[in-house]
Amino acid sequence: MTLKLNAEDTALLNGDAGEGTALAMRILAAYSEAIGAEAMLPISGAHIDGCLYHGAANVDFVERLLDGNARVRVPTTLNVGSLDLIHPEIMQISTDDASPHKRLMAAHEALGCLPSFTCAPYQTLFRPRFGDQVAWGESNAIVFANSVIGARTNRYGDFIDLCCAITGKAPAWGLHLDQNRRGQLLYTLKGFPASIEPTDALFTAVGLIVGKMSGERIPVIDGLPAPRDEDQLKALGAAAAASGAVGLFHIVGVTPEAPTIEAAFQGLPPEATFEITPADVETALRQLSTVPDGAPIVAVCLGTPHFSRPEWERLLSCLGDVRPGRGIPIYVNTGRATLEGLEKDGLLAGTDRFGLQPVADTCTYVTSILQDLTGVIMTNSGKWAYYAPGNLGCEVSFGTIEDCVQSAALGCVARGAI
Amino acid sequence: MITTGRFYAEGAANGTAVVLSEPLSFYGGVDSETGKIIDHAHPELGRCITGSVLVMPGGRGSSSSSSVLAEIIRKGTGPVAIILGTPDPIMVVASLVAESLYGLRCPIVVCDIAGISDGDEVHIGRGGNGGAEVQVLSVSASALS
Repeated sequence: MTLKLNAEDTALLNGDAGEGTALAMRILAAYSEAIGAEAMLPISGAHIDGCLYHGAANVDFVERLLDGNARVRVPTTLNVGSLDLIHPEIMQISTDDASPHKRLMAAHEALGCLPSFTCAPYQTLFRPRFGDQVAWGESNAIVFANSVIGARTNRYGDFIDLCCAITGKAPAWGLHLDQNRRGQLLYTLKGFPASIEPTDALFTAVGLIVGKMSGERIPVIDGLPAPRDEDQLKALGAAAAASGAVGLFHIVGVTPEAPTIEAAFQGLPPEATFEITPADVETALRQLSTVPDGAPIVAVCLGTPHFSRPEWERLLSCLGDVRPGRGIPIYVNTGRATLEGLEKDGLLAGTDRFGLQPVADTCTYVTSILQDLTGVIMTNSGKWAYYAPGNLGCEVSFGTIEDCVQSAALGCVARGAI
Repeated sequence: MITTGRFYAEGAANGTAVVLSEPLSFYGGVDSETGKIIDHAHPELGRCITGSVLVMPGGRGSSSSSSVLAEIIRKGTGPVAIILGTPDPIMVVASLVAESLYGLRCPIVVCDIAGISDGDEVHIGRGGNGGAEVQVLSVSASALS
């Protein structure tokens, strides 16, 4: 046995805080043994990716914890569920209280989790700070927390993220520890103009390339320009976590643990080096679309990960200029807190005539919302383009927010300046 | 042949070995109704793991595999035990969840898997020092010759 529990851990395991917490500690301790952790450490927050229904075990587990009087011990946000509870009318599956999807979301709330229902908890008031030890689930949230904020989490997920939230602990292992956050692989941009423009497409493509080649190792990227905003880093991370298993990346001169290459590698040499060229970027982007330009589209899907307020403002400005009128639906996934802010500021008034359909609490590639899957769907998200063909069986085209709006107006895949 | 190993999820089990040459990601890799491997990239695509002692080098894939493995144990389409060459936390979590919710045990043992062949009869139990004991009765043709 490598794992040593302290007095507090042992008290939880022995049922001092009830049967539910004892169960959570038992599972967490077994997990920690399996990874070879020597101790536990306290966490200051958690993000649970347990609200997507994969089967009865998901609901039974949360309800068992509730029966055992468990409650989360740290501020805990929730990732997306299978239902848009703000717009239940757009759902193609039941939103009844008795539905297992609903039960799962409700049971997590009963445990004390905050009903954020977003894959971008870093865009909410519960965003952690640099150095915070947290237990987060969901691949894009994990990589953002680690890389862009410099908070610390491993790639937690099913069942175990909740066990951490309920015990307030995580294994002192992996990315929680300094030495394990050292960069391992170096990617250098080569062949680009001296001042590279930070475009959404560039960050998405680099994310896809780095994800595919890095597996679970930690990439350091050198030569990327400063991003326009953190949404571009969000896109890079989401793409890398989808195409690979990246939990932490460093961008030299951009992310907080990489002011220099030496700092990113903690003074050690890279284990391997790679180049990323403009041709590589072009190939990665081309592979995202399953159809050529000009193909008719049936819908636009934006907001994977959830749209931020700045992204919404870009979109609304573009919608106001282009004014699509063909009735092609433009679905935008976003957090309910973000949506509330937009509605309070009156920014969504009249936008439904452009086909705009905000989607809260969930995401269009994980559940049944899209009505017409027989044609091409255009997206600004590398992650959506990566998963949707497999999940939904649709064709997909990738472009910028502006390309997507223009394509909705024209009814077919169109790119370039408006 | 008897091998000693370590329990990561305790229990006793008997079954026929289904030996996979590569780790299997349960998420997207197994049909929960039939227990068959559905991952097109997996060498043993089409094999049924229901009721088997599933043997593989280690784990792979996302934590969503925990949900899928817990489900197939619940449904009865899963293996009776899993033997790994290296520990995998995702399977351990699934096994403990299924045991705590449904009383269904799927022991997980880590040991040297080199001596276990596909089709062998395998018995898993507790060894003298509290570790895992894996008894392998070879029924393959080469063992009989």
